[in-house]
Amino acid sequence: MIEFHDKSIIELYVNGDLKTVAARPADTLLFILRESLGLTGTKNSCGNGDCNSCTVLLDGWPVKSCLMLAVEAVGHEITTIEGLQDVPMQKAFVEKSAIQCGYCTPGMIINSHALTTIYPDASDEIIEEWLESNICRCTGYKEICEAVKSVINM
Amino acid sequence: MESRLAIGKNVIRVDAHDKAAGRTKYNSDVTDPSLLHCKMIVSQYAHANIKSIDTSEAMTAPGVQRVITGEIAQGILTGTFVEDRPPLAIGKVRYHGEPIAVVIANTELEAKRGAELVKIEYEPLPVLNSPSDSMKPNAFLVHENLANYRKMKECTPQPGTNIANNVRIRKGDMIKGWEESEVIVEEYLYLPQADHIALETRSVKAEIKPDGNIIIHSSTQGPYIIRKKLSRHFNIDTGKITVHTPMVGGAFGGKAAVQLEMIAYLASKAVGGREVILINTREEDMISSPCRIGLEASVKLGATKDGKIKAAQITYLVDCGAYSDMGAVMTKSIASDCTGPYNIENVYCDSLCVYTNHPYVTSFRGFGHSEYTAAIERTIDKLAKALNMDKIQLRLKNIAIPGDTTPTCSTLTKSNIGDLKKCLETLKVKLKWEEGEKVDINKDTVKCKGISCFWKTSSTPPNAASGAIITFSPDGFAHLSIGAVELGQGTKTAMAQILAERLKVDIKRVKVSMEINTSDNPEHWKTVASSTTYMVGNAVIEAADDVICQIKDISAIVLRCSPKDLEVSGGKVFLIDNPEKWIDITEVVHGYKYPNGNSIGGQIIGRGSFIMKHLSGMDENTGRGNPGPLWTVGAQGVEVLFNKKEYSYKIINAVSVIDAGTIINPIVASGVTMGGMSMGLSLASREAFIYDNNGIILNPNLRSYKPIRVDEEPEYIIEFIETPEVDGPFGARGLGEHGLVGMPAALINCLSTAAEKDLNRFPLTPELIWKTK
Ligand code: FES
Ligand code: FES
Repeated sequence: MIEFHDKSIIELYVNGDLKTVAARPADTLLFILRESLGLTGTKNSCGNGDCNSCTVLLDGWPVKSCLMLAVEAVGHEITTIEGLQDVPMQKAFVEKSAIQCGYCTPGMIINSHALTTIYPDASDEIIEEWLESNICRCTGYKEICEAVKSVINM
Repeated sequence: MESRLAIGKNVIRVDAHDKAAGRTKYNSDVTDPSLLHCKMIVSQYAHANIKSIDTSEAMTAPGVQRVITGEIAQGILTGTFVEDRPPLAIGKVRYHGEPIAVVIANTELEAKRGAELVKIEYEPLPVLNSPSDSMKPNAFLVHENLANYRKMKECTPQPGTNIANNVRIRKGDMIKGWEESEVIVEEYLYLPQADHIALETRSVKAEIKPDGNIIIHSSTQGPYIIRKKLSRHFNIDTGKITVHTPMVGGAFGGKAAVQLEMIAYLASKAVGGREVILINTREEDMISSPCRIGLEASVKLGATKDGKIKAAQITYLVDCGAYSDMGAVMTKSIASDCTGPYNIENVYCDSLCVYTNHPYVTSFRGFGHSEYTAAIERTIDKLAKALNMDKIQLRLKNIAIPGDTTPTCSTLTKSNIGDLKKCLETLKVKLKWEEGEKVDINKDTVKCKGISCFWKTSSTPPNAASGAIITFSPDGFAHLSIGAVELGQGTKTAMAQILAERLKVDIKRVKVSMEINTSDNPEHWKTVASSTTYMVGNAVIEAADDVICQIKDISAIVLRCSPKDLEVSGGKVFLIDNPEKWIDITEVVHGYKYPNGNSIGGQIIGRGSFIMKHLSGMDENTGRGNPGPLWTVGAQGVEVLFNKKEYSYKIINAVSVIDAGTIINPIVASGVTMGGMSMGLSLASREAFIYDNNGIILNPNLRSYKPIRVDEEPEYIIEFIETPEVDGPFGARGLGEHGLVGMPAALINCLSTAAEKDLNRFPLTPELIWKTK
């Protein structure tokens, strides 16, 4: 006997590849990225939109994947941390010692990378405004800001 | 000093590249569809009898395999000093968020849906909402059975009360102390519980193999402790238990607790040993799993007119919540260092671990020191005011120096305590103390400074131990196997530096085991107490020396000389008096082969181990004993712009001057210190569990419990004084926690000056400052 579930097949364009996944309408993008696509670089920390650990890019703009439904991402270009390969921001985080436990790092790097792509000359105020969304519990944010600024001044 | 290769250098963290690429696997980064998922059902009340649990509907829900309740572990009680906590509540819940039952299902969603179908009927009971409530003579007992619980020798619970541990310090002669005191000040301070908020919530996987071996994967600071506890409580040989720990996404003491591991083990057992996973939600991580202690402190200090402190009488009531676990241990650690880093001859301190109906607690960065330091330092400031004396001057007059004794009567030496005088003097300059403590900026705004000193020893068990094993790849890379967990504090990098330095090789030729497997990596007590560099570092040095010795022995045969004629450096072994004559270590680390094929030596495997020495427990009546091998000391300060009309403030500068001995990696050391300072300011200024009258926590999420963010950060100024610790690896002391310890104290002192009020509660919100009379 065949049973039908409330899952639908959707296509997501992730890190340059078109991926087919089965998703419930209520599945978050975060869940599908991690559980169905194995892209565990994107982190869950609050699941509630408060910490930005789950940030991914949607057409180049940062979004919290824990607050977005997977079905909403259909037709958009999604970039996760795995989709950034040796971009200047990643190097800057390593060199400026902006990483401790690393759990906030994917969200931080994704957000910072988007910031410097969208505002290549971002002022300190803009940097602060963008990074306010991300919680890091390990650092005092100083090295993170230095990393972002070093990319802007490149 | 001889020039160094790796120690003292800003080496890039060995884990940084993978983390930046998002390729580091944390414990819950698994997508194996064969895993079963656990979902806990937790208490909605802070104190209630459980009248019934109906799991029938949940059991038949789609995908649900089993539902377990406390019955499954009937008779098992867990804990550290006192065994008072069932893995799942039985008959009664004692705090909001306490785990009661677990649904095990095929998927996360099915487990969640199943959990919604478990029906629990409660009979609410009155709650104890603060330690002082619990201490009242007519207070009901959180644990009626305290007398019957198993306990460790060093712990003194008081059956018939809510006191889970009572640690006494009796030093000197109080009568004499008060007689010599010309000025006496008193202070009371209240600090509510708070949470670690490691960004990675706790998670566990558990599996029981058909051959009876138990495999646990946990995001923990204490993989070896998990092994011990599972063995103790479930009667399993430690040899059959393997705990795996990958990189951990922040811990701050919170992941030293063993809680979910037992629940997951029970869940796996209930489904025939299949592998299950249990991941805390943020809310569960905050209140169901253990949090930071609360504290109520009463401090009375007496001093001569010229500022020499003669007597200290102190009561600390530690809010350990509903179960004593590490709270009882922290109570002891607080007692052992109870006066702060001051030389006081006459000390009377009662440090009590008090049960309440709050979430239970575990270690938190600083192990109770930041909490009591706020009380001591607040009182010292008050004393300075009463004496009309400069606050730095008063502290300088009383700081503990070599030759003095601690509250537990341990003697301080040039090596075991750092140079606090130098720290304070440096702080004075860095904080621009001479500018004045309080300066008017305009009609409404004042600029204020506040300071604090601190000390901290490790409070490790007297037999805490570590090990290290070194092997080599065929091309001569040194592989280091250790049991210390990487939590973000840079331990793997520090160990690589120590090994590189000792072997005199480029750090790129050293590889440190990143994940822990308790069956393969040599045991390290626990990755806590800022003692990893000291303990594991010493084991690494011993292992490196062992390796060097073996390399020299084989090379001496090949080079036809005595081993003592040789030196190992840069991957070569050469004759000291004729460096032209050498062989590459790759020729010896896997055995030396002569041209004709004859071989000697064999694989070189280095071993090193370390155990604490000369530590002892504390005497039950006086507290006498030796709680740790060394004290890290420091002086900290903040500078704040305070708005007198709105009671709002902005922290503009935060300064730490810490004597941590030799600094292994300056950039990592200052990053970790800054993180600690930031956390300290965050806790002091905004973080607290808010309980309603029924003990329900109103803010168990990051929307209403708000850790500090980038826009609120001050400028950080960090200085290290490097008084080498003779027994430390290359002279290093502990450092991981210390940035936090004096920060709340400095802030409350600063704001008290700014607002001209005697602030004595945390967190220091504008509303609280306004309300304080
Ligand atoms: S996990 Fe999405 S914002 Fe925290
Ligand atoms: S590095 Fe640990 S949370 Fe940011």
